[in-house]
Amino acid sequence: MDKIIEMLLQLHPDLDVECDSLVDDGILNSIDVVTLVTEIFNEFDVTVPASEIVPENFNSASAIWEMVSSLMDE
Amino acid sequence: MKNVLEYLENTLPSSASKVCYRDKKTSVTFEEVYTDARSIGTFIARKTGGRRVPVVVFMPKKVQTVVAFLGAAYSGCYYVPMDSEMPASRIELIFGNLRDFIIIADKSATAAIEKMGYSDRSYLYEEAAECDIDDSLLAGIREKQIDTDPLYIVFTSGSTGAPKGVCACHRSVIDYIEQLSKILKVDKDTVFGNQSPLYTDACLKEIYPTLKFGAQAVFIPKMLFSFPVRLIEFLNGYKINTVCWVASALSIVSGLGTFDTVRPEHLRTVAFGSEVFPIKQFNKWRAVLPAARFINLYGPTECTGMSCYYEVDREFAETDAIPIGRPFDNTEIILLGDDKKEVAFGDVGEICIRGTCVTHGYYNNPEKTAECFIQNPLQNNYPELIYCTGDLAKYNEQGELVFVSRKDYQIKHMGYRIELGEIEIAAGIMQNVAMTAAIYLKDKQQIILFYTGDTEKDDLLAYLKEKLPRYMIPADIVKLAFLPQTANGKIDRVTLTKNYTEQLTRTEE
Repeated sequence: MDKIIEMLLQLHPDLDVECDSLVDDGILNSIDVVTLVTEIFNEFDVTVPASEIVPENFNSASAIWEMVSSLMDE
Repeated sequence: MKNVLEYLENTLPSSASKVCYRDKKTSVTFEEVYTDARSIGTFIARKTGGRRVPVVVFMPKKVQTVVAFLGAAYSGCYYVPMDSEMPASRIELIFGNLRDFIIIADKSATAAIEKMGYSDRSYLYEEAAECDIDDSLLAGIREKQIDTDPLYIVFTSGSTGAPKGVCACHRSVIDYIEQLSKILKVDKDTVFGNQSPLYTDACLKEIYPTLKFGAQAVFIPKMLFSFPVRLIEFLNGYKINTVCWVASALSIVSGLGTFDTVRPEHLRTVAFGSEVFPIKQFNKWRAVLPAARFINLYGPTECTGMSCYYEVDREFAETDAIPIGRPFDNTEIILLGDDKKEVAFGDVGEICIRGTCVTHGYYNNPEKTAECFIQNPLQNNYPELIYCTGDLAKYNEQGELVFVSRKDYQIKHMGYRIELGEIEIAAGIMQNVAMTAAIYLKDKQQIILFYTGDTEKDDLLAYLKEKLPRYMIPADIVKLAFLPQTANGKIDRVTLTKNYTEQLTRTEE
């Protein structure tokens, strides 16, 4: 989870880490999402499938972490 | 016909109450577009006092932005699309280039405009759209206009140095829309799904055919292009049947395995262009849409959008490239060699374009204009400008034009002339490799290859060693989950190069 927050802060240093509407508020743009998926791959060795690349899974640090955790369990 | 607004005016009687443009929040009918655009036109004409100046439309991607473009046309001026997505430094350079201009903005841009000190010539969209229409004023403006008057200036990304503003007139746009509509077979039932930002020439493809035919254009939120399953669901929800997207936007959708979850239901025309579509990804689209027409489009901003087309009519092996085909009607392609003479059939030459589509050149930039808009070297009897694209192409055995590479992707490495595109295509053929991009580090004299997919890089390297001559083997191969993209969705080689060299510097430290 800390790693996810670190990734988000690298993209947006002034980001509110508690924010739960990162996509809905347009804070994360498409390049950010692309970068996050790349970073998740590099850090956790997990390829995020298309079915998981949905706004709900990127709206908050905890949502991203939940997605990564469940993908790692598979 | 001499003004693009005639498309709207001719369609109005039959389509007044039909939805014309739609975005995720709102939609406007043809009647509303007509009314609001004339309000804005009246407003601008009063502010400029009849001077023809650039009207910067500083608004995000939404239907009102297009209405503002048309409003600028009604005022006899020409629009310059601008978006707060653009870096502030670039915006400043554009304002500097335009000199005399006014701004139509929405509230999201006012802070940025104030900061740059242009508040005194900036007006809110809402205010302009509420202006009472002055029919006789607008009629007087139209009467004086001719078809070679500018319609817009769009600034090209210009990989090096200052942005260049390509200035296009009504006549070029009309020529383009007439030819493009025939190729795409646009009719009143066409529903476009727009991908490109409104600050590029690419959105002409949706904006004007929609007006000409009483069709509909849906401006797809940019965010959806990161969420491919949602993107396809969006297409299905709005019954979008025609798309003209950059190839990488299509490749991301197919490359992520989206079609296992959801399939496009209404698409009948898929046009793509601006870059090479990897055949492996293309074939996935074809398999999922066996009845659709697939059309490769090619053309530079400097010639009003697209100049060549090829409708896919056969199978392609993964080693093939999809041709760019043949020029649009009323356009000629000349392949010139370094000696400015036409190359022999089958030889590689620079694509140079002749026709009404050739724009006026770069705004307030005679030096850059003179570099690429040149006298036709094949005749010296009367003045005739052609545009030299900097793209290399050749004719294949079937007599179709095939794009080879950008002149500047052609590198000289270890004494060999190499097309970076050839390395990309070779790597892209390997099983489980999705997308590829090659760059050349001049100072280190190294080819670096980036790719996405499930293959390990050692396996890819071994594969390339079998397929390519030794001098074309990359010095380093980097696996990424995604390739970065530019604003209009092309693979961003500048960012790839920057990230790679920064990482290199960090490692060396």
